[in-house]
Amino acid sequence: MTMVAAIELEHVSFAYRPGVPVLADVTLRVSEGEFLAVAGPNGGGKTTLLRLVLGLERASVGEVRVFGRPAGRRDRSRRIGYLPQRAGAGGEAPVTVRELVSAGRLAPSGIFGPLRRADREVVDSAIARVGLADRATAPLRTLSGGLRQRAFIAKALACEPSLLVLDEPTTGVDAESQESLAVLLERLRRDLGVTILYVSHEFGAVEHVVERLVLVRGGIVFDGPPADLPAVWHDPSHDHAQGH
Amino acid sequence: MLRLEFMRLAFAAGAVVGVLAPAVGFFLVERRQSLIGDGLGHVAFAGVAAGVLLDVSPVAVALVFAVVGAVAVELLRTKGGTVGDQALALVFYVGLALGVVLVSSAGALNVNLFQYLFGSILTVTWSDVWLVLALGLAAIATLGVLYRGLVGSVVDEEGSRVAGVAVDTLNMVVAVLAALTVALAMRIVGLLLVAALMVLPVTAAGRVAWSLRSTLGIAVGIGVGSVLVGLTIAYYADLAPGGTIVLAAGLAYPVCAILGGARR
Repeated sequence: MTMVAAIELEHVSFAYRPGVPVLADVTLRVSEGEFLAVAGPNGGGKTTLLRLVLGLERASVGEVRVFGRPAGRRDRSRRIGYLPQRAGAGGEAPVTVRELVSAGRLAPSGIFGPLRRADREVVDSAIARVGLADRATAPLRTLSGGLRQRAFIAKALACEPSLLVLDEPTTGVDAESQESLAVLLERLRRDLGVTILYVSHEFGAVEHVVERLVLVRGGIVFDGPPADLPAVWHDPSHDHAQGH
Repeated sequence: MLRLEFMRLAFAAGAVVGVLAPAVGFFLVERRQSLIGDGLGHVAFAGVAAGVLLDVSPVAVALVFAVVGAVAVELLRTKGGTVGDQALALVFYVGLALGVVLVSSAGALNVNLFQYLFGSILTVTWSDVWLVLALGLAAIATLGVLYRGLVGSVVDEEGSRVAGVAVDTLNMVVAVLAALTVALAMRIVGLLLVAALMVLPVTAAGRVAWSLRSTLGIAVGIGVGSVLVGLTIAYYADLAPGGTIVLAAGLAYPVCAILGGARR
């Protein structure tokens, strides 16, 4: 029996405007528990691919399935934790780490009334898992870019996801924090068995921890282990990562 | 002052609005929709004019108009393909124009429209107070029950949507509560100043708060405080109550900014 894939795209094409395809004939299969990095130039279609997986866009042609179900159709047993690009928290009011992460518990706990004790424990555990236990009551705006991204990852973890999707998580994060973010993600994949879809134009930070790299430029132009990537495509901003 | 019944009524109705307006305004400000209250005031003005024309309670008709306007804005924003604040502009200008046409049709420019535009808290009746209490407390209870969901959709709308949270429904709830607040606060501070009581306390609270919950709590404190202080000053200095209340709320901003600056 074939195992259900975490993500499946079959001959998917997508265009925001007729006649101007962003993605053409993309076929991709991501197994459960896999850590996949999707990279490519701006405008190459990687964010569109992510939005198709999240169900925020519908394929013009082809089929997108997440855990065997059409993308966007909710599955209460297989949730998606999502870290949006340049994630910011609301408006001007100070949001604490715990308030942000608690918001990630909405899908499993429902929107009515206060959080139950079991839910609060999951929230605290997600905060601890990203190393922010001692900053739980700190407002996000007092944290560095790297710590803020960790808080958003904790929010995504709070729904106990089967799939973690990150859109450009290293934007505005210094190189050292990018490396520790990559290590954190790999540990989450190993400890929780969560499938990770990491979308970024800068893949150097995760090149040494991902098993598989997909380069997108209107279609898939490379799909394989980062070690097989032609030298001309390596991300020079993280050359030190090659030695890991 | 409190021996006078009209002042007791004014304080009772004002206190409820003082809690409700910043509580709803908190979610509007966080969604960067601070001006929606102002715009719904324009739509409610058309409702007042229709009420005068039809000889039906202007407050009740204004409430219906404001709710319809709020729902229209949300639908245009989420399903109508309008971007940014275009949906707000579309509904509000149409609402204001409709109000002007209805007012002139009713020959109502000689009617005392000023009490709706600038508030007339000192002419509040017991039936007004009961209406404000009933709808206001229902709105506050709704906010309490949905607080966590509303916060979730504010801090990360797209992430919550992907996780399966009914974000559109929650946004609609906030829009309808904003419309309700506008209609209820109309007699207290007036349609032209109603948005101020929704926005200014929240903006001021943000300067001293340390979390979302504390922002909401401090904003509500400033809202109630502004109503009580504003009404008292207006009574003794013989000033316009609506304007005095909003000036008190406006004064809270520099005070909070200084306090917040000193703490940092």
